[in-house]
Amino acid sequence: MNVETLFALCGCALVGIGLYGLIVQPHPLRKLVAFNIMGSGVFVLFGALAKRGAAAGMAADPVPQALLITAIVVAFAATAVTVALLLRLIESTATASLADEPPSGD
Amino acid sequence: MTALVSLVVALLLLWLALWTVVARDAFVAVAGFVVYGLLLSLVWVRLAGIDVALTEAAIGGGLTGALLLGAVGRLRGTEAAAWSERSGAGTRAFAVLLSVGVATVLALCVLALPEPAPTLAPQAVENLAATGVGNPITGVLLAFRALDTLLEAIVLVIALIGVWSLAPDRFWGGRPGPRYGADPDGILTYLARVLPPIGIVVGLYLFWAGADHPGGKFQSATILAAMWMLVQMAGLSDAPRIDSRWLRAGIVVGPLVFVAVGLLGAWQAGAFLGYPDGWAKPMIVVIELALLPMLVLVLALLLNGAPARSADPSPASAETSMSERNTRPTPARSAGR
Repeated sequence: MNVETLFALCGCALVGIGLYGLIVQPHPLRKLVAFNIMGSGVFVLFGALAKRGAAAGMAADPVPQALLITAIVVAFAATAVTVALLLRLIESTATASLADEPPSGD
Repeated sequence: MTALVSLVVALLLLWLALWTVVARDAFVAVAGFVVYGLLLSLVWVRLAGIDVALTEAAIGGGLTGALLLGAVGRLRGTEAAAWSERSGAGTRAFAVLLSVGVATVLALCVLALPEPAPTLAPQAVENLAATGVGNPITGVLLAFRALDTLLEAIVLVIALIGVWSLAPDRFWGGRPGPRYGADPDGILTYLARVLPPIGIVVGLYLFWAGADHPGGKFQSATILAAMWMLVQMAGLSDAPRIDSRWLRAGIVVGPLVFVAVGLLGAWQAGAFLGYPDGWAKPMIVVIELALLPMLVLVLALLLNGAPARSADPSPASAETSMSERNTRPTPARSAGR
């Protein structure tokens, strides 16, 4: 198996692992970490596809690689907004619960 | 030999991801995620993406890790309650089935990919000379797909507006985060005095080298933002007030210059963000110079978070607002809305 297929399959497994954490972990911060792992799985898969596109003396296709840089920066921005939302949720409700029922006394 | 290294990196990555997802303690999970980000940059090296590896190590591992570690510290008290809400065995079994199913479908798609793989590398190499830059990634980011980079800069500004708008009304226009005060003779303060000059030189070098070698404004901006955060965390300088005019000007000037160059292209070269013949390199340098300070400010301010102190500059009141943050019963805070 060549390196791009290996990491492409690794990316698929990372998406699965992240999805599991996103569903199972109750705490929003843990869901955020799991979602980031899922996203990085997509990035790895995309990076492996870029490696498959090696041609014209380049070790990989530069177009998807440039998009990956953009994607990593945007993922950080989205994570920062989510963390701010989460801190605000805890400030105003004193709980990090995502359950439908509002906690008693609210 | 190299195949063995790749295999070990892939297995370690999967193991760390699994550990991060199932760990009981949130701090352990976040620590695992930071290591995971660093390991991921090794994957990018294996996949011949040095620029991506630099970005991943700086932003994916470094900044995201710092952000999540900061959040874990403030969410400590809510973990036990959340743990009691964890899903039952049925949900977990369903989650396992769904995750394995999704991963399997993706893997089948990977194994069915067409040969030879579609690629844009020949076109990128062919037209790179016209842009005047030597690094094809920079060429793609600022010439062939400049529109993506423009939209990304705008997304960053919108994300910052989103974070700021989560501030309680009474802190609007104030400073984010607590005022840090480290031991003036401590190691943190020492590092915060010694490292920034080195970090600034490394950051600016990465910025300039990005034209022809791996590197560029994102990696450079992350290092510069990290230096600024270090100085803030050692208490040598305070986080800026978000209503400061120079701050806001520094943030919007990047995208504005980018749009102005784009419009100039529409007028001179017949396409939005088109560069007139022979002017590509100077235009790219202008855009990068305008984007660099904007990226430094936005990345550091996203890490700082929503304003949590009033704008009053006197240090005494900053101290009280910080102790208030720790002692006041939380529900009272929503009264201000």
